[in-house]
Amino acid sequence: MAVETKPAGAVADHKEMLISGSEACAEALTLADLDVVTAYPIRPYDTVMQAIAKKIANGQLEAEYIVAEGEHSQFEIVKHASTVGARVFCGSSGVGWMYAMECLTVTPPLRVPMVCMVGNRALDDPGAFGVEHNDALVVRDLGWLLIWVDTAQEMLDTTLLAYRIAEDRRVFLPIAISADGAFLTHSQAICQVPSRGLVDKFLPRYDRGDLLLHPDNPITVAPQANEDWVIEIRRQNDEAMKRATAVIDEAYADFRKVMGRGPENPWFEEYMTDDAEIILIGMGTISLPMKVGIRNMRAQGKKVGLIRPRWFRPFPTERMVKALSKASAIGVIDRDYSFGSPFNSGVVANEIRAALYNADKRPPLLSFICGLGGREVTLEDVAKAADMCYAAAKAGKSDPKTHWLGVRE
Amino acid sequence: MADTAFTNATQILEPFKGVKKVTIEEYFTSGHRTCQGCESALVMKLMVKAAGPRTIVLGSTGCMYVANTTYYTTPWVVPWMHTQLGSSGSAALGTSAGLKALMRKGKMKSEPINVIAFCGDGGGADMGLGAISATLTHKEYNSLILLYDNESYANTDIQLSGSTPYGANTTFSPPGSVKRIIHTRWKKNTAGMLAAGHPECRYVATVDASYAVEMMNKVRKALTIGGPTFIHSLDPCPKGWDYDPMLSHELGELAVETGVFPLYEVEDGVVRHYGKTKAIVEGRPRKPVREYLLKQGRFAHFTEEDLEYFQAKVDEMWDKWEIPGVIPFWKERPGTK
Repeated sequence: MAVETKPAGAVADHKEMLISGSEACAEALTLADLDVVTAYPIRPYDTVMQAIAKKIANGQLEAEYIVAEGEHSQFEIVKHASTVGARVFCGSSGVGWMYAMECLTVTPPLRVPMVCMVGNRALDDPGAFGVEHNDALVVRDLGWLLIWVDTAQEMLDTTLLAYRIAEDRRVFLPIAISADGAFLTHSQAICQVPSRGLVDKFLPRYDRGDLLLHPDNPITVAPQANEDWVIEIRRQNDEAMKRATAVIDEAYADFRKVMGRGPENPWFEEYMTDDAEIILIGMGTISLPMKVGIRNMRAQGKKVGLIRPRWFRPFPTERMVKALSKASAIGVIDRDYSFGSPFNSGVVANEIRAALYNADKRPPLLSFICGLGGREVTLEDVAKAADMCYAAAKAGKSDPKTHWLGVRE
Repeated sequence: MADTAFTNATQILEPFKGVKKVTIEEYFTSGHRTCQGCESALVMKLMVKAAGPRTIVLGSTGCMYVANTTYYTTPWVVPWMHTQLGSSGSAALGTSAGLKALMRKGKMKSEPINVIAFCGDGGGADMGLGAISATLTHKEYNSLILLYDNESYANTDIQLSGSTPYGANTTFSPPGSVKRIIHTRWKKNTAGMLAAGHPECRYVATVDASYAVEMMNKVRKALTIGGPTFIHSLDPCPKGWDYDPMLSHELGELAVETGVFPLYEVEDGVVRHYGKTKAIVEGRPRKPVREYLLKQGRFAHFTEEDLEYFQAKVDEMWDKWEIPGVIPFWKERPGTK
């Protein structure tokens, strides 16, 4: 059932642009006065680097733009630029992100507030361009903040928010913004692009403070450490990640105040959950077929809702548990896999299970894997997931088996 | 916000006119735990003494990281940061680009700040070669990459690298009863390769801390000339090469006097040999390589055949190479027309 939408017109002090997710990121980076960016080609994220190159070539953005010879160097270069006080941006997809892995590992403990875009892409082998979430998920234990966005608008806004959050001295951790490859990186939508004046009110300058690498500050950063100090260093990272929650709430509140728009809940989007019997969960652009599917089911009298997680790290455990407690059954659709995990479920399903473990209300939870390698998530898939949830709600319990939807058996 | 307009200028570091004119300030002092007789530690001290206090040093993983900078101590009196094993090129480039961006945009005070990234032979000539190569193509970013070559992955207990000499005993190439020589590869010609491969890189040089003033002056030249630069230092290593620590200085001299290690620089494409190497090019007889090799326990298993093979390969460097000691291109092969 199609829903008619009307263009809303530009918000005050914004202009409207028809841009892709990648282009929206480049708009935000221009407004944020990015200092250093490194590029390396891999589909589908590299359109963001192409968009940035155009901004620089046309004089809209002044930044050092370096084309690296591989992703390991690509990320290492901006990591180091950040330590002398430069605001940096980087990004990759799939195995490119994997090639940078050593750098991704050290960036959080170095407290480098790098902001990256991950154009989610299936990992080789086989070489495939379609979307899967495993690339970005691989760093989930390491101290990266992780967020999934599903529209070009959200990509633009989140890029600005990311610098505000990452560069807050209470946090000083890197952030990876995940955008589904092709579906978001390459598709265009009307975006509200704020003025430079608004962004300057929202985003302070990057100030590395006492950690700045400069001849006036002869510190030694990251000396080798033994068993006498490592666990304390890790604990500092743990505390920083815990502080990120309050910083995120603050940043979004300020964003709404300055921009005159923005989500009330930074952590996840709730769609028709107020009276939902069944709540489905999915990250990224899977939200589109899920929302259409939900509207169709609503027309049939089925009260289904969607929670679309945004921030995956830090995981909003309490808020998520509260939002899920009203459901009679939950269906998590992972666009990722975790072979050999408990119940062979995807990553998100097991995280939700863990979040619910100590909750007073633990609705039956069904785990689905769908849409890997860019395979379309169909309305039939969504309906099937919801129906299986209804069966579990009726029985009062769920089969913990993971169901793969849309696979040719 | 900027006090002065940005020019991308480097510091003007004049060469020291002799050992008595060398500055006395130390920017690498106590606080490290390197081996007795560690030549690389001396290289670190001389490198940063030559550079002076307006310097940022990036140190990739290796002996000069693990043995040098262990929390809660540090020998570095300049700002220093760790970087990954294969990242010295990226660290130099990123640090330099970050400073340039901020100075150009008036976000920080403009001044020429030395950026030096160091690497060992393993991290630099093996794992990080690609990154160093990329950095040497970026003529708009000033930096020095200094490779300290102790001819093994020394920190991890002396494993062979692409810079380990033919036949050497390492923990990955121990001479045994069935296989006496496991490592049959000839040492990479790193400095020559980098000079030849990056036509816009203005300065590539080899140094040996046994000739300390020359070494420091080459560091100063590299930091003054502008753009990305590379220096390769040969560092005798008592643990890896297996000799009494007091012999480090002597072995550094023998490496040059036998012609095994050449001292030269390539400045804007012009090759200049230095010191005893220059004398060799001009006809002075080289000391036999066995004088150098047999002072080191890592070659104790060598037979006459091995020594002759080694000598023949070194002879080629000076008798056959078009640019002696620098580039292994022959004018022609015997027996071919």
